[in-house]
Amino acid sequence: MSGSGARENIFATRMALTNTKLRLKGAQTGHSLLAKKRDALTTRFRAILRKVDEAKRKMGRVMQLASFSMAEVTYATGDISYLVQEQAKQATFRVKTKQENVSGVVLPAFEVDRVPGSDFNLTGLGRGGQQVLKAKETYAKAIETLVELASLQTAFTILDEVIRATNRRVNAIEHVVMPRLENTIKYIMSELDEMDREEFFRLKKVQGKKKRDTAARQLEEAAKGAPDEEAIFTADDSAATDLLSSKDDDVIF
Amino acid sequence: MEALLFNVDSGFLEAIVRGYKAGILSQSHYANLTQCESLEDFRTQLSATDYGNFLANEPLPLSTSTIADRATGILVDQFNYIRTNAVAPLSKFLEYITYGYMIDNVVLLITGTLHERDTHELLERCHPLGVFDTMPALCVATNVEELYQSVLVETPLAPYFRDCLSASDLDDLNIEIIRNTVYKAYLEDFHHFCSSLGSPTSDVMQRLLSFEADRRTVNITINSFGTELSKEQRAKLFPAIGRLFPEGNNQLAKADDIDQVRVVCENISEYRSFFDGASSSANGESHGTMSQLEDRFFNMEVHLNKQSFLQQFQYGVFYSYMKLKEQEIRNLTWIAECIAQDAKDRIQDFIPIF
Repeated sequence: MSGSGARENIFATRMALTNTKLRLKGAQTGHSLLAKKRDALTTRFRAILRKVDEAKRKMGRVMQLASFSMAEVTYATGDISYLVQEQAKQATFRVKTKQENVSGVVLPAFEVDRVPGSDFNLTGLGRGGQQVLKAKETYAKAIETLVELASLQTAFTILDEVIRATNRRVNAIEHVVMPRLENTIKYIMSELDEMDREEFFRLKKVQGKKKRDTAARQLEEAAKGAPDEEAIFTADDSAATDLLSSKDDDVIF
Repeated sequence: MEALLFNVDSGFLEAIVRGYKAGILSQSHYANLTQCESLEDFRTQLSATDYGNFLANEPLPLSTSTIADRATGILVDQFNYIRTNAVAPLSKFLEYITYGYMIDNVVLLITGTLHERDTHELLERCHPLGVFDTMPALCVATNVEELYQSVLVETPLAPYFRDCLSASDLDDLNIEIIRNTVYKAYLEDFHHFCSSLGSPTSDVMQRLLSFEADRRTVNITINSFGTELSKEQRAKLFPAIGRLFPEGNNQLAKADDIDQVRVVCENISEYRSFFDGASSSANGESHGTMSQLEDRFFNMEVHLNKQSFLQQFQYGVFYSYMKLKEQEIRNLTWIAECIAQDAKDRIQDFIPIF
């Protein structure tokens, strides 16, 4: 009974029993909390997954548009890449990070921060300036989509990892920690029962010994008064039957 | 009279150019090209035209820029052939054509020098038509004065740069202004030179250059809306030729939005149609109408250049051929780009020439 399954290596005492019961209780609470966390994370995870899917599809379209607007620029003005590269002095498109808390998991979220810059707005002044502006706008939008996708993707990987860890913990508590504590409790209980029985048997034994001694003493006293062989025999007999035949309520078997 | 003596010096070259012109892709070629599924198909289709197998030695994943480069290479070869056979004043006229590219190259080099780029990398990016001997030396200059004194004074561009010496420091805003000032001076000078050649060259070229000047004026006006360019600076960039000059230019210099530009252009019957779609120019739509405007300018340019072939015994055909060929290269790039990016719905947006 107590030998089946892993258990903790402790002495079977009442104190240990109370402690173990408390720990079992704690484990159960932890298990339900972790399970809740896992569910919340999974919900979030699914939502993000859907968003990632959407963003990826959107990115395909937007990037196509953007590179096409670049083709329009090439058509209208020729190669302006070099001029733009040289004239871009400060970033007009920055990415900021902030943190978001989802059931105790810190997810980084990227935000677009556009500074209205006028770095190369004279590019293509004589020809194709409008196309250049349009391409700039389209690419800015494309990058916005990219940033969005990036923050989703980061959240995705982080959440994935956290969900795995949480799952592992939930499973560990459910399948390892709790059974072990339960086994320990069972073991302690059975040990305690065993000790009770031994104690009872010991008490009985002691009681029997005491009765025998008292009977012997009475006999001696009676023998002092009237030493009778018969009396000794009966007294001895009654003591023996008293011990074996009479049923004690405490003894179950 | 010029008809009598024209052929002595330039008859051969005019014939050559008209022969080249016959090689410009026609509507049916474009129809075939737009049907292509991939750039390899595109190359096969082109090999049936005057381009021949100009892409034959390219490694297989063709890029659109390679196509554009090779096509430009062919144009440059043709131009150089004409140029080496030309005698004055045609040789001078052809030189004038190259000045436009030289201006672009000079500006490119100045920009690169300001940011301390590798000279060789810059020289590779220059347009082959605008290359001149002292070009690499441009990289030593740090301000316009020095640039002018040390390098440009030796080149034919010197008179153009003289005007913008006031802009003493070279920053990025100034560079774009310098480019446009110089270009304006170039257009005016070219115009002047053409009128010195006498009709019919001057007639034909006047038409073309006026349009070019007007196009620049309108473009500069529209593109400078909402930028740091002040109205006085803007007015200085307008070429002092063209059909909009002088009243139109004055009004454009003061214009604040696209509607005022339209009103100015209404005065010229040919330009009236450019702004047809722009009547409802709410801010959101203005991008669309603007890119349409660019297309209409291209259309008009092609139309005018085609017309110059209708007249014989004049130099306008050389200029027109260059412009038409450039447009053709743009068309090819556009179609190639559309094929490469799988954007078949826009593939018809090029401007057919013949």
